[in-house]
Amino acid sequence: MAKPNKSLPRPTPESQHFWDGALKGELLLQQCDDCQHTYFPPRPFCPKCANRSVSIIKASGKATLYSYVINHRPLPGFDNPHSIAVVELEEGPRMMTNIVDCPQTPEALVLDMPLTVTFEAMSEDIKLAKFKPAEA
Amino acid sequence: MKPKSIAIVGAAETTELGVIPNVSQLQLHADAALNALEDAGLKLSDIDGVATAGEVPTNLAYYLGITPTWVDGTSVGGCSFMLHVRHAAAAIESGLCKTVLITHGESGRSRVGTSNSWPRGKSTLSAQFETPFGAVAPPSMFTIPVLRYMKDFGLTHEQLAMVAVVQREWAAKNPRASFRDPLTVEDVLNSSMISYPFRKLQCCLVTDGGGALILTSAERAKDFPQKPVYLLGTGESVETPLISQMEDFTTSKAFRVSGKKAFEEAGISHSDVDHLMIYDAFAHLPIYGLEDLGFCERGTAAEYIAGRNTAPGGELPMNTNGGGLSYMHSGMYGMYALQESVRQMRGIAPAQIENAKVSVAHGVGGMFAASGTIVMTNEAP
Repeated sequence: MAKPNKSLPRPTPESQHFWDGALKGELLLQQCDDCQHTYFPPRPFCPKCANRSVSIIKASGKATLYSYVINHRPLPGFDNPHSIAVVELEEGPRMMTNIVDCPQTPEALVLDMPLTVTFEAMSEDIKLAKFKPAEA
Repeated sequence: MKPKSIAIVGAAETTELGVIPNVSQLQLHADAALNALEDAGLKLSDIDGVATAGEVPTNLAYYLGITPTWVDGTSVGGCSFMLHVRHAAAAIESGLCKTVLITHGESGRSRVGTSNSWPRGKSTLSAQFETPFGAVAPPSMFTIPVLRYMKDFGLTHEQLAMVAVVQREWAAKNPRASFRDPLTVEDVLNSSMISYPFRKLQCCLVTDGGGALILTSAERAKDFPQKPVYLLGTGESVETPLISQMEDFTTSKAFRVSGKKAFEEAGISHSDVDHLMIYDAFAHLPIYGLEDLGFCERGTAAEYIAGRNTAPGGELPMNTNGGGLSYMHSGMYGMYALQESVRQMRGIAPAQIENAKVSVAHGVGGMFAASGTIVMTNEAP
């Protein structure tokens, strides 16, 4: 398990499925049954057309590196320095994450590089979706 | 709001700015309020509208002994005061109140009597989807979009450093500025790394202070001791509390919507603007602001700044108090941008722009989360 992190999230009724999926190693998104818009973060209606009929879909886990910073200030639970990144999923939505299994340097972290999801256990109930460089 | 129907008749900052360990946050509000009342020649009993952020307006009204008939506690971060000005203008125009006091006070550095802890809760969208990844502080969050901008538009580290260099030139002219010594691009690029690609001198100060404004109708404004500053146009918007969900990392939707509203209402074009304030919590904000307000084409603002167009002697003087990077930044800096615009319109700024008639103060709230824009003038209706 990763280092203790004080800021563990507490799921809401609307996000519970996402966190349950993460525990099983699945990255879950939602898709509108009407306009087919795929979105994140979770909510029980389509943010594009307000339709309440939406489905949970499993993302491929493939993404590209959209933007990031490398934080140099000490932060409990993190090795220093560490990336704080936004990735763009193959399905369209973007999400915040950390890029792992990779040197935390500008040379190694190249925008638009292909990534794949990997789950990191933070507690018995919470796994975080992190991303690592895709195998060549 | 009808242009020039509302005026700012009182404006002041706290007696001290910088490090103020002996004054609580609420008292910083009060100190600024009392200074603004004196500036306007008013008594507390003349105030019938109150707006503030950081503290709930109830705290402020009670502490000052005001019983208002209009209250606004809009709190969307550092641009809240731009939104208060806009809301106050609408309230005065529609007769909900006559004389509005807007205050800011923040013990950002000394943390004396602060009311807010951040981040809040464990179930907010931020707490679930951003905080767990170490996105817990503005220097490593507000800066996340910038590498994307750099790749898409070829912005260089040197150009980003120039923003801080130019603003230090303005700060050098301002006795109240926290930092006044000249800077070079090398100084900026050799300062300690905070959150790549941002170094210390590209991040705002953390200080204590406050400011207050008093607004009333333009027809009453001529009876006040100070030269009235008239509102020409106002705008506001919000986009997302999550920096990761910003629609486009190279432009702020909230900036574009707010700026367009303010310019349309004012009925001015960009060439009419003599003086500009763009809230600069970090060095990239003036770049986004210049483009999203329409002063520069997309991808060209860094070159415009590096070309000294916003520097002393340039065609568009910007952040003439030294900005959040060199003047002061208590946390919700929007009030200080408004104060500098008012000083420039009154003709009393330390780095006064000669014959300036139109000023724009543009604020950001949260991390590209919210925005407010105020266009003002010293030309009477």
